[in-house]
Amino acid sequence: MLGIEDPWIILGYAVLIISAIACVVYGWMKRNSEED
Amino acid sequence: MVDSALIWGATIVYAAAMIYLGYLGWKKTKSGEDYLLAGKNVKSWIIGLSYGSTFISTSAIVGFGGYAAIYGMGIIWLAALNIAVGVLVAFVFFGKRVRKIGQRLKCQTFPELLGRSYNSEFIRWFVALVILIGMPLYAAAVLIGGAIFMSNTIPGLLFSDALLIFAIITAAYVITGGLRAVMYTDALQGALMVIGMIVILAITITSLGGVESANQQLTDLAPQIPQALKDQGMNGWTAFPSFLSENWFSVVATIILPVGIGVLAQPQLAVRFMTAKNAKTLNRAVPVGGIFLIMMTGFAFTIGAWSNVYFWNNPDFHTISFLAAGKDIDSIIPLYINTSMDQTIVTMFMLTLLAAAMSTLSSLFHVMGSAAGYDLWATFKKAKFIPQKWRGEESGKTSLRINRYATIIMIVISLALALVMPKKGGVIAIATAMFFGVCASAFLPLFVHTLFAKRPSKSAARISLAVGTSTWFAWTLFVFAKDSTVFGISKALFRTDSLLSKPWSIIDPIVIALPLSTIALIIVYYWDKRSRMDAAAVAPTT
Repeated sequence: MLGIEDPWIILGYAVLIISAIACVVYGWMKRNSEED
Repeated sequence: MVDSALIWGATIVYAAAMIYLGYLGWKKTKSGEDYLLAGKNVKSWIIGLSYGSTFISTSAIVGFGGYAAIYGMGIIWLAALNIAVGVLVAFVFFGKRVRKIGQRLKCQTFPELLGRSYNSEFIRWFVALVILIGMPLYAAAVLIGGAIFMSNTIPGLLFSDALLIFAIITAAYVITGGLRAVMYTDALQGALMVIGMIVILAITITSLGGVESANQQLTDLAPQIPQALKDQGMNGWTAFPSFLSENWFSVVATIILPVGIGVLAQPQLAVRFMTAKNAKTLNRAVPVGGIFLIMMTGFAFTIGAWSNVYFWNNPDFHTISFLAAGKDIDSIIPLYINTSMDQTIVTMFMLTLLAAAMSTLSSLFHVMGSAAGYDLWATFKKAKFIPQKWRGEESGKTSLRINRYATIIMIVISLALALVMPKKGGVIAIATAMFFGVCASAFLPLFVHTLFAKRPSKSAARISLAVGTSTWFAWTLFVFAKDSTVFGISKALFRTDSLLSKPWSIIDPIVIALPLSTIALIIVYYWDKRSRMDAAAVAPTT
Protein backbone atom coordinates (compact mmCIF):
# COMPACT_ATOMS: atom_id res chain seq x y z
CA MET A 1 0.00 0.00 0.00
CA LEU A 2 1.51 3.33 -1.14
CA GLY A 3 4.90 1.65 -1.51
CA ILE A 4 4.90 0.19 2.02
CA GLU A 5 4.47 -3.56 2.50
CA ASP A 6 4.95 -4.07 6.24
CA PRO A 7 1.52 -4.13 7.95
CA TRP A 8 3.04 -2.77 11.20
CA ILE A 9 4.09 0.43 9.45
CA ILE A 10 0.74 0.76 7.68
CA LEU A 11 -1.01 0.19 11.01
CA GLY A 12 1.20 2.83 12.65
CA TYR A 13 0.16 5.42 10.07
CA ALA A 14 -3.48 4.33 10.40
CA VAL A 15 -3.40 4.79 14.21
CA LEU A 16 -1.74 8.19 13.72
CA ILE A 17 -4.42 9.45 11.35
CA ILE A 18 -7.36 7.92 13.23
CA SER A 19 -6.11 9.43 16.52
CA ALA A 20 -5.88 12.89 14.95
CA ILE A 21 -9.42 12.52 13.54
CA ALA A 22 -10.64 11.34 16.96
CA CYS A 23 -9.16 14.51 18.52
CA VAL A 24 -11.11 16.69 16.07
CA VAL A 25 -14.37 14.75 16.54
CA TYR A 26 -14.04 14.76 20.34
CA GLY A 27 -13.28 18.48 20.49
CA TRP A 28 -16.22 19.27 18.21
CA MET A 29 -18.72 17.10 20.07
CA LYS A 30 -17.67 18.36 23.50
CA ARG A 31 -17.00 21.97 22.53
CA ASN A 32 -19.73 23.28 24.85
CA SER A 33 -19.59 20.59 27.51
CA GLU A 34 -18.72 21.83 31.00
CA GLU A 35 -18.60 18.28 32.38
CA ASP A 36 -15.33 17.31 34.05
CA MET B 1 25.37 28.55 4.33
CA VAL B 2 22.75 31.09 3.41
CA ASP B 3 22.74 34.83 2.84
CA SER B 4 23.74 36.58 6.09
CA ALA B 5 21.43 39.57 5.66
CA LEU B 6 18.39 37.36 5.07
CA ILE B 7 18.99 35.07 8.02
CA TRP B 8 20.03 37.78 10.47
CA GLY B 9 17.08 39.94 9.39
CA ALA B 10 14.64 37.04 9.94
CA THR B 11 16.24 36.20 13.31
CA ILE B 12 16.00 39.81 14.52
CA VAL B 13 12.33 40.13 13.48
CA TYR B 14 11.60 36.83 15.22
CA ALA B 15 13.44 37.87 18.41
CA ALA B 16 11.61 41.22 18.44
CA ALA B 17 8.25 39.43 18.18
CA MET B 18 9.17 37.17 21.12
CA ILE B 19 10.28 40.10 23.24
CA TYR B 20 7.07 42.01 22.43
CA LEU B 21 4.94 39.01 23.50
CA GLY B 22 7.11 38.72 26.60
CA TYR B 23 6.33 42.37 27.33
CA LEU B 24 2.57 41.67 27.00
CA GLY B 25 2.95 38.82 29.46
CA TRP B 26 4.99 40.97 31.85
CA LYS B 27 2.30 43.68 31.89
CA LYS B 28 -0.27 41.18 33.13
CA THR B 29 2.02 39.40 35.61
CA LYS B 30 1.60 40.98 39.04
CA SER B 31 1.90 38.08 41.47
CA GLY B 32 3.43 34.65 42.01
CA GLU B 33 0.18 32.98 40.89
CA ASP B 34 0.15 35.02 37.66
CA TYR B 35 3.75 33.97 37.08
CA LEU B 36 3.05 30.29 37.70
CA LEU B 37 -0.43 29.78 36.21
CA ALA B 38 -1.08 32.74 33.90
CA GLY B 39 -4.17 33.83 35.87
CA LYS B 40 -5.94 30.49 35.09
CA ASN B 41 -7.93 31.97 32.20
CA VAL B 42 -5.94 31.05 29.09
CA LYS B 43 -7.92 30.52 25.87
CA SER B 44 -8.40 27.01 24.49
CA TRP B 45 -6.51 27.46 21.21
CA ILE B 46 -3.55 28.94 23.10
CA ILE B 47 -3.57 25.95 25.51
CA GLY B 48 -3.68 23.51 22.55
CA LEU B 49 -0.87 25.20 20.64
CA SER B 50 1.18 25.81 23.77
CA TYR B 51 0.81 22.17 24.87
CA GLY B 52 1.83 20.94 21.41
CA SER B 53 4.74 23.32 20.93
CA THR B 54 6.04 22.61 24.45
CA PHE B 55 5.79 18.87 23.81
CA ILE B 56 7.55 19.14 20.45
CA SER B 57 11.05 20.52 20.48
CA THR B 58 14.18 20.25 18.39
CA SER B 59 14.41 16.80 19.97
CA ALA B 60 11.35 15.62 18.06
CA ILE B 61 12.27 17.24 14.76
CA VAL B 62 16.07 16.93 14.66
CA GLY B 63 16.70 14.18 17.24
CA PHE B 64 13.90 11.71 16.48
CA GLY B 65 13.81 12.78 12.81
CA GLY B 66 17.45 11.60 12.71
CA TYR B 67 16.44 8.34 14.39
CA ALA B 68 13.78 7.83 11.71
CA ALA B 69 16.50 8.29 9.08
CA ILE B 70 18.48 5.43 10.64
CA TYR B 71 15.82 3.06 12.01
CA GLY B 72 13.09 3.82 9.46
CA MET B 73 9.36 4.34 9.64
CA GLY B 74 8.79 2.05 12.65
CA ILE B 75 9.19 5.18 14.74
CA ILE B 76 5.87 6.42 13.32
CA TRP B 77 4.33 4.52 16.24
CA LEU B 78 5.80 7.19 18.48
CA ALA B 79 3.95 9.87 16.49
CA ALA B 80 0.77 7.77 16.81
CA LEU B 81 1.24 7.48 20.60
CA ASN B 82 2.02 11.20 20.79
CA ILE B 83 -1.53 11.90 19.62
CA ALA B 84 -3.44 8.91 21.05
CA VAL B 85 -1.81 9.08 24.49
CA GLY B 86 -0.14 12.51 24.52
CA VAL B 87 -3.28 14.41 23.49
CA LEU B 88 -6.42 12.26 23.69
CA VAL B 89 -5.71 10.33 26.90
CA ALA B 90 -3.79 13.25 28.42
CA PHE B 91 -6.54 15.84 27.92
CA VAL B 92 -9.66 13.67 28.24
CA PHE B 93 -8.71 11.42 31.17
CA PHE B 94 -5.87 13.30 32.90
CA GLY B 95 -6.26 16.98 32.05
CA LYS B 96 -9.75 17.53 33.41
CA ARG B 97 -8.98 15.75 36.67
CA VAL B 98 -5.72 17.67 37.05
CA ARG B 99 -7.55 20.96 36.55
CA LYS B 100 -10.26 20.01 39.05
CA ILE B 101 -7.87 18.76 41.75
CA GLY B 102 -5.51 21.68 41.11
CA GLN B 103 -8.33 24.15 41.69
CA ARG B 104 -9.71 22.32 44.74
CA LEU B 105 -6.33 22.12 46.45
CA LYS B 106 -5.18 25.53 45.16
CA CYS B 107 -2.06 24.16 43.51
CA GLN B 108 0.25 26.08 41.23
CA THR B 109 2.88 23.51 40.25
CA PHE B 110 3.13 19.79 39.47
CA PRO B 111 5.13 18.92 42.64
CA GLU B 112 2.60 20.87 44.70
CA LEU B 113 -0.29 19.02 43.04
CA LEU B 114 1.20 15.64 43.97
CA GLY B 115 2.34 16.83 47.40
CA ARG B 116 -1.02 18.30 48.41
CA SER B 117 -3.14 15.54 46.97
CA TYR B 118 -1.24 13.09 49.20
CA ASN B 119 -0.83 15.64 51.98
CA SER B 120 2.93 14.96 51.91
CA GLU B 121 5.72 17.53 51.87
CA PHE B 122 8.15 14.64 51.23
CA ILE B 123 6.45 13.85 47.91
CA ARG B 124 6.45 17.51 46.90
CA TRP B 125 10.17 17.94 47.60
CA PHE B 126 11.11 14.61 46.09
CA VAL B 127 9.25 15.37 42.84
CA ALA B 128 10.81 18.86 42.71
CA LEU B 129 14.27 17.34 43.24
CA VAL B 130 13.82 14.78 40.44
CA ILE B 131 12.76 17.65 38.16
CA LEU B 132 15.82 19.68 39.14
CA ILE B 133 18.16 16.76 38.49
CA GLY B 134 16.61 15.43 35.28
CA MET B 135 15.19 18.46 33.53
CA PRO B 136 18.46 20.40 32.97
CA LEU B 137 19.59 17.42 30.88
CA TYR B 138 16.52 17.69 28.67
CA ALA B 139 16.83 21.51 28.51
CA ALA B 140 20.48 21.18 27.49
CA ALA B 141 19.53 18.71 24.72
CA VAL B 142 16.94 21.15 23.37
CA LEU B 143 19.48 24.00 23.53
CA ILE B 144 22.08 21.92 21.66
CA GLY B 145 19.57 20.98 18.93
CA GLY B 146 18.74 24.60 18.17
CA ALA B 147 22.29 25.91 18.49
CA ILE B 148 23.78 23.25 16.17
CA PHE B 149 21.43 24.23 13.37
CA MET B 150 21.94 27.99 13.97
CA SER B 151 25.74 27.71 13.93
CA ASN B 152 25.68 25.46 10.85
CA THR B 153 23.38 27.85 8.99
CA ILE B 154 24.43 31.38 9.97
CA PRO B 155 27.82 32.32 8.48
CA GLY B 156 30.48 32.98 11.15
CA LEU B 157 28.30 32.08 14.14
CA LEU B 158 30.05 29.86 16.70
CA PHE B 159 28.13 27.09 18.48
CA SER B 160 28.78 28.67 21.90
CA ASP B 161 27.52 32.07 20.68
CA ALA B 162 24.42 30.46 19.19
CA LEU B 163 23.75 28.80 22.57
CA LEU B 164 24.07 32.12 24.36
CA ILE B 165 21.83 34.07 21.96
CA PHE B 166 19.27 31.34 22.15
CA ALA B 167 19.27 31.14 25.96
CA ILE B 168 19.26 34.92 26.48
CA ILE B 169 16.24 35.57 24.24
CA THR B 170 14.28 32.77 25.89
CA ALA B 171 15.37 33.79 29.39
CA ALA B 172 14.32 37.40 28.76
CA TYR B 173 10.66 36.60 28.25
CA VAL B 174 10.38 33.71 30.74
CA ILE B 175 11.89 35.69 33.61
CA THR B 176 9.83 38.81 32.97
CA GLY B 177 6.51 37.46 31.75
CA GLY B 178 6.23 34.05 33.48
CA LEU B 179 3.79 31.44 32.18
CA ARG B 180 1.63 34.02 30.41
CA ALA B 181 4.58 35.11 28.24
CA VAL B 182 5.58 31.47 27.77
CA MET B 183 2.12 30.56 26.48
CA TYR B 184 1.73 33.64 24.24
CA THR B 185 5.09 32.99 22.60
CA ASP B 186 4.30 29.25 22.43
CA ALA B 187 1.21 30.03 20.36
CA LEU B 188 3.13 32.14 17.83
CA GLN B 189 5.97 29.62 17.77
CA GLY B 190 3.46 26.80 17.25
CA ALA B 191 1.95 28.61 14.26
CA LEU B 192 5.43 29.13 12.78
CA MET B 193 6.23 25.45 13.27
CA VAL B 194 3.05 24.40 11.43
CA ILE B 195 3.85 26.61 8.43
CA GLY B 196 7.49 25.48 8.35
CA MET B 197 6.69 21.75 8.49
CA ILE B 198 3.92 21.95 5.86
CA VAL B 199 6.26 23.74 3.44
CA ILE B 200 9.12 21.29 4.01
CA LEU B 201 6.87 18.24 3.65
CA ALA B 202 5.35 19.60 0.43
CA ILE B 203 8.79 20.29 -1.08
CA THR B 204 10.07 16.85 -0.03
CA ILE B 205 7.07 15.02 -1.53
CA THR B 206 7.38 16.98 -4.79
CA SER B 207 11.12 16.40 -5.08
CA LEU B 208 10.76 12.63 -4.50
CA GLY B 209 7.97 12.25 -7.09
CA GLY B 210 4.99 11.82 -4.74
CA VAL B 211 4.23 9.76 -1.62
CA GLU B 212 4.03 6.34 -3.29
CA SER B 213 7.20 6.92 -5.30
CA ALA B 214 9.09 8.10 -2.20
CA ASN B 215 7.96 5.06 -0.19
CA GLN B 216 8.74 2.63 -3.02
CA GLN B 217 12.23 4.09 -3.48
CA LEU B 218 12.78 3.82 0.28
CA THR B 219 11.57 0.18 0.28
CA ASP B 220 13.93 -0.57 -2.61
CA LEU B 221 16.87 0.85 -0.61
CA ALA B 222 16.71 -2.10 1.83
CA PRO B 223 19.84 -3.79 0.39
CA GLN B 224 21.82 -0.69 1.42
CA ILE B 225 21.23 -1.27 5.14
CA PRO B 226 24.63 -1.44 6.87
CA GLN B 227 25.54 -4.98 7.90
CA ALA B 228 25.76 -4.00 11.58
CA LEU B 229 22.12 -2.83 11.58
CA LYS B 230 21.03 -5.93 9.63
CA ASP B 231 22.66 -8.10 12.29
CA GLN B 232 20.74 -6.16 14.93
CA GLY B 233 17.41 -7.03 13.31
CA MET B 234 16.71 -4.12 10.94
CA ASN B 235 14.55 -5.18 7.99
CA GLY B 236 14.33 -1.98 5.96
CA TRP B 237 13.29 1.67 6.27
CA THR B 238 9.65 0.85 5.53
CA ALA B 239 9.58 -2.25 7.74
CA PHE B 240 9.43 -2.80 11.50
CA PRO B 241 12.53 -4.42 13.09
CA SER B 242 12.44 -8.16 13.94
CA PHE B 243 10.58 -8.80 17.21
CA LEU B 244 12.82 -8.66 20.33
CA SER B 245 15.96 -7.99 18.27
CA GLU B 246 18.47 -5.36 19.44
CA ASN B 247 17.08 -2.99 16.83
CA TRP B 248 13.54 -3.63 18.10
CA PHE B 249 14.61 -2.74 21.64
CA SER B 250 16.28 0.46 20.36
CA VAL B 251 13.12 1.56 18.57
CA VAL B 252 10.39 0.30 20.91
CA ALA B 253 11.92 0.28 24.39
CA THR B 254 14.33 3.22 24.12
CA ILE B 255 12.32 5.65 22.02
CA ILE B 256 8.65 4.77 21.51
CA LEU B 257 7.81 3.58 25.03
CA PRO B 258 9.50 6.22 27.24
CA VAL B 259 8.43 9.20 25.16
CA GLY B 260 5.04 7.76 24.17
CA ILE B 261 3.98 6.98 27.75
CA GLY B 262 6.24 9.40 29.64
CA VAL B 263 4.27 12.33 28.24
CA LEU B 264 1.48 11.62 30.72
CA ALA B 265 3.68 12.54 33.68
CA GLN B 266 5.53 15.53 32.24
CA PRO B 267 5.45 18.42 34.74
CA GLN B 268 5.71 21.12 32.06
CA LEU B 269 2.68 19.66 30.23
CA ALA B 270 0.55 18.84 33.28
CA VAL B 271 0.78 22.43 34.49
CA ARG B 272 -0.99 23.58 31.31
CA PHE B 273 -4.17 21.81 32.37
CA MET B 274 -4.21 23.97 35.48
CA THR B 275 -4.26 27.16 33.41
CA ALA B 276 -7.70 26.33 31.95
CA LYS B 277 -10.73 28.12 33.34
CA ASN B 278 -13.09 25.16 32.81
CA ALA B 279 -13.48 21.73 31.19
CA LYS B 280 -14.90 23.31 28.02
CA THR B 281 -11.59 25.11 27.43
CA LEU B 282 -9.72 21.81 27.58
CA ASN B 283 -12.21 20.07 25.25
CA ARG B 284 -11.71 22.78 22.66
CA ALA B 285 -7.92 22.50 22.93
CA VAL B 286 -7.96 18.78 21.97
CA PRO B 287 -8.37 19.23 18.16
CA VAL B 288 -5.68 21.93 18.10
CA GLY B 289 -3.24 19.64 19.92
CA GLY B 290 -4.04 16.60 17.74
CA ILE B 291 -3.71 18.38 14.40
CA PHE B 292 -0.58 20.17 15.56
CA LEU B 293 1.14 16.94 16.57
CA ILE B 294 0.40 15.07 13.35
CA MET B 295 2.03 17.96 11.49
CA MET B 296 5.07 17.87 13.72
CA THR B 297 6.04 14.32 14.62
CA GLY B 298 4.10 12.63 11.80
CA PHE B 299 5.73 14.88 9.21
CA ALA B 300 9.22 15.00 10.79
CA PHE B 301 9.57 11.22 11.16
CA THR B 302 8.38 10.59 7.60
CA ILE B 303 10.75 13.23 6.20
CA GLY B 304 13.57 11.73 8.29
CA ALA B 305 13.05 8.28 6.76
CA TRP B 306 12.64 9.70 3.25
CA SER B 307 15.91 11.65 3.56
CA ASN B 308 17.65 8.35 2.70
CA VAL B 309 16.12 8.49 -0.79
CA TYR B 310 17.30 12.08 -1.25
CA PHE B 311 20.90 11.33 -0.21
CA TRP B 312 20.97 8.13 -2.27
CA ASN B 313 19.70 9.91 -5.42
CA ASN B 314 22.01 12.91 -4.95
CA PRO B 315 25.28 12.28 -6.86
CA ASP B 316 27.18 14.43 -4.32
CA PHE B 317 26.39 11.84 -1.63
CA HIS B 318 25.00 8.64 -3.20
CA THR B 319 24.74 6.99 0.17
CA ILE B 320 22.24 6.58 3.01
CA SER B 321 21.51 9.45 5.44
CA PHE B 322 23.57 8.07 8.33
CA LEU B 323 26.74 7.91 6.23
CA ALA B 324 26.03 11.20 4.41
CA ALA B 325 25.91 12.97 7.79
CA GLY B 326 29.21 11.43 8.94
CA LYS B 327 27.43 8.95 11.26
CA ASP B 328 26.07 11.83 13.35
CA ILE B 329 22.35 11.24 13.90
CA ASP B 330 21.65 14.82 14.98
CA SER B 331 23.18 16.24 11.78
CA ILE B 332 20.96 14.29 9.36
CA ILE B 333 17.91 16.59 9.29
CA PRO B 334 19.99 19.83 9.28
CA LEU B 335 22.14 18.46 6.45
CA TYR B 336 19.06 17.40 4.48
CA ILE B 337 17.47 20.85 4.81
CA ASN B 338 20.70 22.75 4.12
CA THR B 339 21.52 20.80 0.96
CA SER B 340 18.06 20.20 -0.50
CA MET B 341 16.17 23.47 0.03
CA ASP B 342 16.75 27.00 -1.20
CA GLN B 343 17.91 29.64 1.24
CA THR B 344 14.48 31.13 1.96
CA ILE B 345 13.25 27.70 3.06
CA VAL B 346 16.45 27.10 5.04
CA THR B 347 15.82 30.40 6.83
CA MET B 348 12.22 29.40 7.44
CA PHE B 349 13.31 26.03 8.81
CA MET B 350 15.79 27.70 11.13
CA LEU B 351 12.97 29.83 12.51
CA THR B 352 10.81 26.69 12.81
CA LEU B 353 13.55 25.02 14.82
CA LEU B 354 14.14 28.12 16.92
CA ALA B 355 10.41 28.24 17.61
CA ALA B 356 10.31 24.53 18.47
CA ALA B 357 13.29 24.81 20.76
CA MET B 358 12.27 28.03 22.48
CA SER B 359 8.69 26.96 23.10
CA THR B 360 9.90 23.85 24.93
CA LEU B 361 12.85 25.53 26.56
CA SER B 362 10.82 28.41 27.98
CA SER B 363 8.46 25.93 29.64
CA LEU B 364 11.35 23.88 31.02
CA PHE B 365 13.01 27.00 32.44
CA HIS B 366 9.69 28.01 33.95
CA VAL B 367 9.05 24.60 35.56
CA MET B 368 12.62 24.31 36.88
CA GLY B 369 12.42 27.84 38.30
CA SER B 370 9.11 27.10 40.03
CA ALA B 371 10.38 23.74 41.38
CA ALA B 372 13.44 25.48 42.87
CA GLY B 373 11.85 28.77 43.96
CA TYR B 374 8.31 27.77 44.84
CA ASP B 375 8.38 24.09 45.79
CA LEU B 376 11.80 23.80 47.42
CA TRP B 377 12.88 27.20 48.67
CA ALA B 378 9.45 28.43 49.75
CA THR B 379 9.11 25.48 52.13
CA PHE B 380 12.82 25.03 52.95
CA LYS B 381 13.14 28.65 54.14
CA LYS B 382 10.74 27.90 56.98
CA ALA B 383 13.33 25.59 58.56
CA LYS B 384 14.60 26.79 61.95
CA PHE B 385 18.26 27.06 60.92
CA ILE B 386 17.48 29.52 58.08
CA PRO B 387 18.13 33.10 59.35
CA GLN B 388 15.03 35.30 59.51
CA LYS B 389 16.52 37.92 57.18
CA TRP B 390 16.89 35.31 54.41
CA ARG B 391 13.24 34.30 54.55
CA GLY B 392 11.71 37.48 53.14
CA GLU B 393 8.07 38.44 53.41
CA GLU B 394 5.12 36.20 52.56
CA SER B 395 3.64 38.16 49.69
CA GLY B 396 2.80 37.69 46.03
CA LYS B 397 5.61 40.06 45.02
CA THR B 398 8.25 38.22 47.07
CA SER B 399 7.13 34.91 45.61
CA LEU B 400 7.35 36.43 42.13
CA ARG B 401 10.90 37.67 42.82
CA ILE B 402 12.06 34.31 44.21
CA ASN B 403 10.64 32.45 41.22
CA ARG B 404 12.50 34.79 38.89
CA TYR B 405 15.85 34.34 40.72
CA ALA B 406 15.40 30.57 40.75
CA THR B 407 14.61 30.57 37.03
CA ILE B 408 17.83 32.49 36.31
CA ILE B 409 19.89 29.96 38.30
CA MET B 410 18.34 27.00 36.45
CA ILE B 411 18.91 28.67 33.08
CA VAL B 412 22.61 29.10 33.90
CA ILE B 413 22.88 25.43 34.96
CA SER B 414 21.19 24.23 31.75
CA LEU B 415 23.43 26.45 29.64
CA ALA B 416 26.59 25.15 31.35
CA LEU B 417 25.41 21.58 30.83
CA ALA B 418 24.78 22.24 27.13
CA LEU B 419 28.34 23.49 26.77
CA VAL B 420 29.93 20.39 28.34
CA MET B 421 27.60 17.67 27.05
CA PRO B 422 28.75 15.64 24.00
CA LYS B 423 27.32 17.01 20.76
CA LYS B 424 27.31 13.77 18.79
CA GLY B 425 25.96 10.23 19.01
CA GLY B 426 22.27 11.13 19.01
CA VAL B 427 22.53 12.88 22.38
CA ILE B 428 19.44 15.02 21.69
CA ALA B 429 17.05 12.07 21.38
CA ILE B 430 18.79 10.08 24.12
CA ALA B 431 18.64 12.90 26.70
CA THR B 432 15.00 13.58 25.83
CA ALA B 433 14.02 9.91 26.13
CA MET B 434 15.88 9.76 29.46
CA PHE B 435 13.88 12.62 30.96
CA PHE B 436 10.59 11.23 29.69
CA GLY B 437 11.63 7.83 31.04
CA VAL B 438 12.48 9.03 34.55
CA CYS B 439 9.24 11.03 34.74
CA ALA B 440 7.18 7.99 33.73
CA SER B 441 9.02 5.61 36.07
CA ALA B 442 8.98 7.91 39.08
CA PHE B 443 5.76 9.95 38.77
CA LEU B 444 3.26 8.09 36.59
CA PRO B 445 1.97 5.43 39.06
CA LEU B 446 1.32 7.90 41.89
CA PHE B 447 -0.03 10.51 39.47
CA VAL B 448 -2.56 7.99 38.09
CA HIS B 449 -3.31 6.81 41.63
CA THR B 450 -4.18 10.27 42.90
CA LEU B 451 -6.27 11.10 39.83
CA PHE B 452 -8.34 7.92 39.78
CA ALA B 453 -8.36 6.29 43.24
CA LYS B 454 -11.18 7.10 45.66
CA ARG B 455 -8.85 7.08 48.66
CA PRO B 456 -5.25 7.43 47.46
CA SER B 457 -2.68 5.94 49.82
CA LYS B 458 0.17 8.21 50.92
CA SER B 459 2.39 5.26 51.89
CA ALA B 460 1.85 3.59 48.52
CA ALA B 461 2.70 6.81 46.71
CA ARG B 462 5.90 7.37 48.70
CA ILE B 463 7.16 3.83 48.22
CA SER B 464 6.30 3.87 44.52
CA LEU B 465 8.10 7.19 44.04
CA ALA B 466 11.22 5.91 45.82
CA VAL B 467 11.22 2.54 43.99
CA GLY B 468 10.63 4.09 40.54
CA THR B 469 13.30 6.77 40.94
CA SER B 470 15.99 4.57 42.49
CA THR B 471 15.45 1.71 40.03
CA TRP B 472 15.54 4.08 37.06
CA PHE B 473 18.79 5.71 38.21
CA ALA B 474 20.47 2.41 39.13
CA TRP B 475 19.55 0.81 35.80
CA THR B 476 20.63 3.91 33.87
CA LEU B 477 23.99 4.25 35.59
CA PHE B 478 24.96 0.59 35.91
CA VAL B 479 23.07 -1.60 33.44
CA PHE B 480 21.69 0.13 30.33
CA ALA B 481 24.90 0.36 28.33
CA LYS B 482 23.75 3.17 26.01
CA ASP B 483 23.30 5.54 28.97
CA SER B 484 25.87 4.13 31.41
CA THR B 485 28.63 4.62 28.83
CA VAL B 486 27.79 8.34 28.68
CA PHE B 487 27.93 8.79 32.47
CA GLY B 488 30.98 6.55 32.97
CA ILE B 489 30.19 5.85 36.66
CA SER B 490 29.89 2.09 36.16
CA LYS B 491 33.17 2.03 34.26
CA ALA B 492 34.94 4.06 36.95
CA LEU B 493 33.67 1.91 39.81
CA PHE B 494 33.47 -1.57 38.30
CA ARG B 495 35.59 -1.31 35.12
CA THR B 496 32.63 -2.28 32.96
CA ASP B 497 29.92 -0.28 31.18
CA SER B 498 27.19 -2.67 32.26
CA LEU B 499 26.98 -4.94 35.28
CA LEU B 500 24.67 -7.30 33.37
CA SER B 501 25.08 -8.89 29.95
CA LYS B 502 22.67 -8.87 26.99
CA PRO B 503 19.72 -8.77 26.72
CA TRP B 504 19.56 -6.81 30.04
CA SER B 505 22.18 -4.27 28.94
CA ILE B 506 20.03 -3.20 25.97
CA ILE B 507 16.76 -2.93 27.90
CA ASP B 508 15.75 0.67 28.64
CA PRO B 509 15.40 1.63 32.34
CA ILE B 510 11.69 2.42 31.92
CA VAL B 511 10.95 -1.23 31.03
CA ILE B 512 12.22 -2.26 34.47
CA ALA B 513 11.50 0.80 36.63
CA LEU B 514 7.89 1.56 35.60
CA PRO B 515 6.52 -1.96 36.24
CA LEU B 516 8.40 -2.08 39.57
CA SER B 517 7.08 1.29 40.76
CA THR B 518 3.56 0.26 39.68
CA ILE B 519 3.79 -3.10 41.49
CA ALA B 520 5.17 -1.36 44.60
CA LEU B 521 2.23 1.03 44.59
CA ILE B 522 -0.35 -1.75 44.17
CA ILE B 523 1.15 -3.93 46.93
CA VAL B 524 1.47 -1.10 49.46
CA TYR B 525 -1.97 0.26 48.54
CA TYR B 526 -3.68 -3.07 49.37
CA TRP B 527 -1.53 -3.58 52.46
CA ASP B 528 -2.40 -0.04 53.60
CA LYS B 529 -6.08 -0.55 52.84
CA ARG B 530 -6.13 -3.77 54.82
CA SER B 531 -4.36 -2.11 57.76
CA ARG B 532 -6.93 0.68 57.74
CA MET B 533 -9.79 -1.84 57.68
CA ASP B 534 -8.22 -3.84 60.51
CA ALA B 535 -7.73 -0.65 62.53
CA ALA B 536 -11.36 0.35 61.91
CA ALA B 537 -12.54 -3.13 62.93
CA VAL B 538 -10.75 -3.03 66.31
CA ALA B 539 -11.51 0.64 67.04
CA PRO B 540 -13.97 1.10 69.95
CA THR B 541 -17.41 2.32 68.87
CA THR B 542 -18.83 5.39 70.59
